[in-house]
Amino acid sequence: MTPFDYSDVQGLAAYGYAKLVEARFCLLRIRDAAAARAWIASAPVSTAERRQPPPETALHIAFTAQGLRAMGVAESTIAGFSDEFLQGVAGPASRSRRLGDTGASDPARWLWGGPGQPPDLVVMLYAKAKLEAWTQVVQSGPWSDAFDVLTTLETSDMGGHEPFGFADGISQPAFDWERQRPVPGTTTAYDNRGALGELLLGYPNEYNKYTDRPLLEPAADPAGDLLPADDDPARKDFGRNGTYLVLRQLEQDVRGFWQYLDQAAEGNARQRYRLGAAMVGRTVDGDPLIPPSGPAIAGVTDKPGQPSNAFTYDQDPQGVQCPFGAHIRRANPRNADLFGHPGGVIAGLASRLGIPRPRLHDDLMASTRFHRVLRRGREYGVSITPEEALKPGPPGAAPRGLHFACLCANILRQFEFVQNAWLMSTKFDGLTDESDPLLGNRAPVGDCPVTGYFSIPREGKLPRRLSSVPQFITVRGGAYFFMPSLRALRYMARGGRSSSAQ
Amino acid sequence: MTPQSSFMVLATLPRSRVTPMRELLATMNLAPGVVNPDNSLVPFRKLENLHFARFVVLDDQTTGDIEALYGIARPAPPVYLAFLGDFDGSYDAFLPVLLKHASPGLRQIFSLCDGFAPDADLHAWIVSHEQGPAAYYCNWVGRTVEQTRQEECLRLALRGYLSVTPGLADRSPGEIHRALRAFVEKETSAGRLKLTSPAPTPLGWALRHALDWVALTLLIVLGVLTLPVTIAPLLLAAWKLRSLENTDPEFSPRPDPQWAVNLATLEDHDVTNQFSAMGTLKPGWFRSAIVSAVLYIIDLAARTIYTKGLLARVHTIHFARWVYLDNRQRMYFASNYDGSLEAYMDDFINKVGFGLNVVFSNGVGYPRTEWLLLKGSKNEQKFKYHLRRHQLPTEVWYDAHAGLTAFDLHRNSRIRAGVEKSGLSEPQCREWVALL
Repeated sequence: MTPFDYSDVQGLAAYGYAKLVEARFCLLRIRDAAAARAWIASAPVSTAERRQPPPETALHIAFTAQGLRAMGVAESTIAGFSDEFLQGVAGPASRSRRLGDTGASDPARWLWGGPGQPPDLVVMLYAKAKLEAWTQVVQSGPWSDAFDVLTTLETSDMGGHEPFGFADGISQPAFDWERQRPVPGTTTAYDNRGALGELLLGYPNEYNKYTDRPLLEPAADPAGDLLPADDDPARKDFGRNGTYLVLRQLEQDVRGFWQYLDQAAEGNARQRYRLGAAMVGRTVDGDPLIPPSGPAIAGVTDKPGQPSNAFTYDQDPQGVQCPFGAHIRRANPRNADLFGHPGGVIAGLASRLGIPRPRLHDDLMASTRFHRVLRRGREYGVSITPEEALKPGPPGAAPRGLHFACLCANILRQFEFVQNAWLMSTKFDGLTDESDPLLGNRAPVGDCPVTGYFSIPREGKLPRRLSSVPQFITVRGGAYFFMPSLRALRYMARGGRSSSAQ
Repeated sequence: MTPQSSFMVLATLPRSRVTPMRELLATMNLAPGVVNPDNSLVPFRKLENLHFARFVVLDDQTTGDIEALYGIARPAPPVYLAFLGDFDGSYDAFLPVLLKHASPGLRQIFSLCDGFAPDADLHAWIVSHEQGPAAYYCNWVGRTVEQTRQEECLRLALRGYLSVTPGLADRSPGEIHRALRAFVEKETSAGRLKLTSPAPTPLGWALRHALDWVALTLLIVLGVLTLPVTIAPLLLAAWKLRSLENTDPEFSPRPDPQWAVNLATLEDHDVTNQFSAMGTLKPGWFRSAIVSAVLYIIDLAARTIYTKGLLARVHTIHFARWVYLDNRQRMYFASNYDGSLEAYMDDFINKVGFGLNVVFSNGVGYPRTEWLLLKGSKNEQKFKYHLRRHQLPTEVWYDAHAGLTAFDLHRNSRIRAGVEKSGLSEPQCREWVALL
């Protein structure tokens, strides 16, 4: 196997740029495709190569389906992308239902990316300092002829915390870039590693299969910009080394959050923080409610002084340490394919047949490893402390929140599944009448009118139930993008071969 | 204990009447995928013993596959209307209730089908068009609609009482159990809560159930005992199977995106969803024999081992059935499941992949399997395409327990069982209060 070519992958897949604390995301409409191609041809797009010293700026580009079309990419090529990418996050109403984008979060109310109005592309700018200067550099040459700026999403540095005040981005899957780990058939223990094909197109995924993506006849790539498909070397792989980018603007009602908790805590500050930690599954400093324990977890290495990831929920089957419905427990249940770590063939076989019968609360979730995403979000707005949040906000105060961003190779199975089956579900892990304490939209489901609960199991006691939990997060915009490889960018800059790959 | 039963009226639908039929059925919905339970054609809500029901037009877009892949030309199979449901008690008791509330509507619907005369005897016509399942699964044998309603009311009443009784929530589990038992006793005697005791188990069903266990035991014992004799034919069959698996063509193209969107339009209006799919069985006596054997075993297992909330590892299926059509050349599958289709397919792949493979790999075009159990659905993308392409829109779908998953129903039953038991031990009380 040839060594992995990091120079072909946009660096966002490898780095979160924690040190590049300034960032802005420009949502663009292509005015002049030729100028756009000229700009892309010379754009200093950052790659996944490791550099010493690390670069002080970064640039990334990703396109919606509409944007690929505007760039002149052939329809037959675009058709090779997944349905959810082609339809967009604000596509059919059934998608919004599944994602919980209803009521106040309905795409029809979005500030950007609403029905029929996806941007063509997003240009993501990062800088350690002097973002303005970097922006000037990037937005030069053919830029002004090429694009109309629809919206610029500004971000702010909240020091590794999200606007509610909790340390964020602590747990991430570890992707197997060098493809050293054989893709497991069946796992009996939680594994934080993921096949490269869960992040980048063109490689085997956790099913050891290649996710569908546009493959072209060689004639459609006369300049030889693209790599051949790994699984079909006679054809060129437009998707290879590319990834999907999900971008969603999540406005957070920080005052609402802490004021609700303060009321539930009857003004007791300690209790307020404890309830907040119960909702998140970590303290504000990021320490998990489950102490590090059990056997080592593949793909997890805790750094001293940093919040831990060395835990699973196996030691907390009753949810008394970390509530079943806590945000991080929903977003990543940390389980394996087979329930209860069956050792040996017979035990594995019995487990598959549901014999012996698991206890009531056992084995209710899907296996985690097929549903991971790499998070790359950035905060926006002015941060306030939980104490400040208890006071009423000044009238007309600017909103704050998260520009949620994640990368994955299969939007439906990864991002949408986590959002739908785990976060927004009112039935996650045997719960009822409650969705994610942070993200839930509290909308009625079917004949079940109230979904605004949050339950906190207690050892040997009746679970505590918080009721009338308000909606804290409102979706204000969003789009599904494809973040091409450097080669695919070159291919597009050359004209996308509108003559196509029939 | 009242066992559950099923019905399925299967009637040929002239192609020219497919659109009028879909339009008529659409009048039963408030919106696509959202039934009006009080619609005038079949007022489902009045059918108190009915768990689920659906109308589906069985018009399979994949019927040409067998000719394309195997060169077997068959006359175009008919289009059918299927009306099916799951209910408590016997077929003979259910049918008159259905007719009492829905005769005019059903006449109107069936009059679009072949061979339904305006003056037909509806009862006789329905009985003569009954198409029984080859295999049938019920999540919890004996749990009636009435019981699910009463137990959800009980849960809500208990929660309500806890929230208005200060201090109670923080008492010991034993004290909470005693207090809630007293509350329920008061409420039931005042007629505000009802917890009907299970009806006596019908003798005939109990006998058949005992025979099912005998059959299962015999099957296993005889299977093992006769192995010395059957080993040679079994090896031969395994060889035959492997050679078929290597040569049977795979055909799981990506479904038309609009087809997928249309199906999704009908989904995720509630926590439970419907699934209808059909396809053609692979040709030859061997595949046919495998399907018969496998469905027999699934049906037997569903009547003996898997009667209490689980089908192998899957908790989310309320009812499911496999039905032969057209002289066992085609098959229809229907299920009612919790969560989104993506989650359902995830279970199909990761939790019961072998169970899916063992049946559906005998269908034309299914992703390649090994030894009948392996691979197949693990070919995730192809498998998902395959299912979506074989899926049919369910025109009308009724769920008597909207908003409640199979897990909810199970938990509610446990809550009720705890309420009805005095003198629970302290650990039992702890376990019980955690359910609330």
